Amino acid sequence: MSKLKYALYTGCTARESTPELLMSTMAIAKELDIELVLLDEASCCGASHLQDFDDQLSLTLNARNICYAEKLGLTMVTICNTCQLNTAMTKERLDSDPKLKDQINGKLAEVNLEYKGTSEVKHFLYALIDDLGIDAIASKVKRPLTDMQIGAFYGCHNIRPSELHHSSNGGESSYKPNSLDRLIVALGGKNVEYESKNKCCGFHVELQAPQTANRLSGTAILDAIDNGAEAIVTPCPLCHLRMDTQQAHISQEMGREVDIPILHLPQMVGIALGIERSKLGLKHHVSDVKFV
Amino acid sequence: MVSEDKKKLLFSVFRFNSETDYLPYYDKFEIEVKPGEVVLDILNRIKWEHDGSFSYRRSCRHGICGSCAVKVNGKATLACKDRVSDLVDLFGEELIIEPQDKSRAIKDMVIDKGTFWKKYDSVKPYLVADINEVPQAENLVSPEDAEKIDEADYCIQCGNCYYSCPAVEVNDEYIGPSALALAYRFNADVRDEGKRDRLETINEIGPGIWNCVKCFECAEACPKELDPIGKITRLHLQTFEEDMAKDNVAVRHAVGFKPSIEKHGLLDEGELVRYSEGNIGVLKHVPVAIKMFKKGKIIMPWNMPQSKNLDEIKTLVKSASTAKFKGK
Repeated sequence: MSKLKYALYTGCTARESTPELLMSTMAIAKELDIELVLLDEASCCGASHLQDFDDQLSLTLNARNICYAEKLGLTMVTICNTCQLNTAMTKERLDSDPKLKDQINGKLAEVNLEYKGTSEVKHFLYALIDDLGIDAIASKVKRPLTDMQIGAFYGCHNIRPSELHHSSNGGESSYKPNSLDRLIVALGGKNVEYESKNKCCGFHVELQAPQTANRLSGTAILDAIDNGAEAIVTPCPLCHLRMDTQQAHISQEMGREVDIPILHLPQMVGIALGIERSKLGLKHHVSDVKFV
Repeated sequence: MVSEDKKKLLFSVFRFNSETDYLPYYDKFEIEVKPGEVVLDILNRIKWEHDGSFSYRRSCRHGICGSCAVKVNGKATLACKDRVSDLVDLFGEELIIEPQDKSRAIKDMVIDKGTFWKKYDSVKPYLVADINEVPQAENLVSPEDAEKIDEADYCIQCGNCYYSCPAVEVNDEYIGPSALALAYRFNADVRDEGKRDRLETINEIGPGIWNCVKCFECAEACPKELDPIGKITRLHLQTFEEDMAKDNVAVRHAVGFKPSIEKHGLLDEGELVRYSEGNIGVLKHVPVAIKMFKKGKIIMPWNMPQSKNLDEIKTLVKSASTAKFKGK
């Protein structure tokens, strides 16, 4: 197999409040011999909020980001579920509506860019699972996650709406997703079965409805804990922020002490690959990761 | 269930009679399922062949009346539409049939949908217009105008989206995806004159559009595939188009991306929270911000990263932006 190479759209969070996500992504890519070209030109995707205010601006900015992956002739990989959603949704709308595509290209022409629709957009999780393959990852495990009980938390925007994502997420079922679970097992860990794994963390209403947000993430975390989870892993930095930094508020709302480490997907892979703690940014967690 | 033959399957069925039972329980039925049979065939067989007291709603059997919605292994299902074989492919051979909302069960699959209908009524889900009682001509709607409704009129009020919505589950006030999709349906109708009135109702934090958690559960649950969350997004846009967006934390949170992107290309996370909450409101985030700062999770203004080719982004923000908000 030739070396895998992607254009990496980091999104904003990985450059700001979750630096550990970008560090661990680059660290495991190196270990797994995947080449990631950083799309430093890319802007924010609008995080599913800008589109509520200004649809054309949201489409134009996301189309511009894809243009830079197209220029490199590479598939774009995302490391945030919401970046994945906004980018994939823009792509789907432009690819299926020539009039809209012309309209947005009219704007992009002002900065000498053209959206063609030639680059795929997929989340890094599915690049690992579907392109590299679980067996290839398993073969490189140096420190298996033996006896670790890990709850996979998928995050909404990688699995819903399923029709949008099915071309890039290997047809993952939104009702019974299993890619992360399979990965946990391949890394030598024990995947925890719990009902809330495909539920919402509430991140997007955190400011205007903190109670909703805390109840949703609280219900999911406690469900994982009650089914034996010692850690939770997520492919989404927004789910991560909610679950890692807000455990005090969640505990208050749920009336129960919540204290569990939340791992980013590449951190979990990195731990099993034997990458040292400092390269995975484990010190950047509010809820300490003590077991590594 | 790939084979064309009949197959025996085990169904666990939620049972509860609010008049006589203290707690619900599950009955198990082993039922032979023929290829192509839908969940409603199973419900019928349970009632007709196993237990005549089993209760569920049903009427048209054609996916139009919306009566027979239930949950199978937690998945919102229209019993007359969803094939048992598809559910077996998804969940395996042990299927659990439950009402849409167990906490509202009256008897078995029959639930009290009172709150659902009350919220539904609150958006005036009908055409608001002065009707000439003696019309001189047809009230024509062009195909282009009809298209704006974008399938929102396909809603059969089954409640699958509403009872799958996590925001509804934890926030009693939230009117939910079904009523909001219907609000959009009439707001998008060129004959309607109730748009501003509806926007007033759905624009409040608590019951309204700003409490949608953006999980897309409604889009998955809708048997008519009318994408309720897509309609909620359009309602957001309408509040700005009609200049009715209120100067509150949720609105500023949506608006605040634009100045940040124009300045840095990327989102300045800290500044967005300050912009949304205001200088006083932001103080409640200080304890968490301190914890995050200690862990290297807060970028100081002088270290804020910027996108390369920022000039392009500045040009596009000026040129492509169409929305206005007067609050700020």
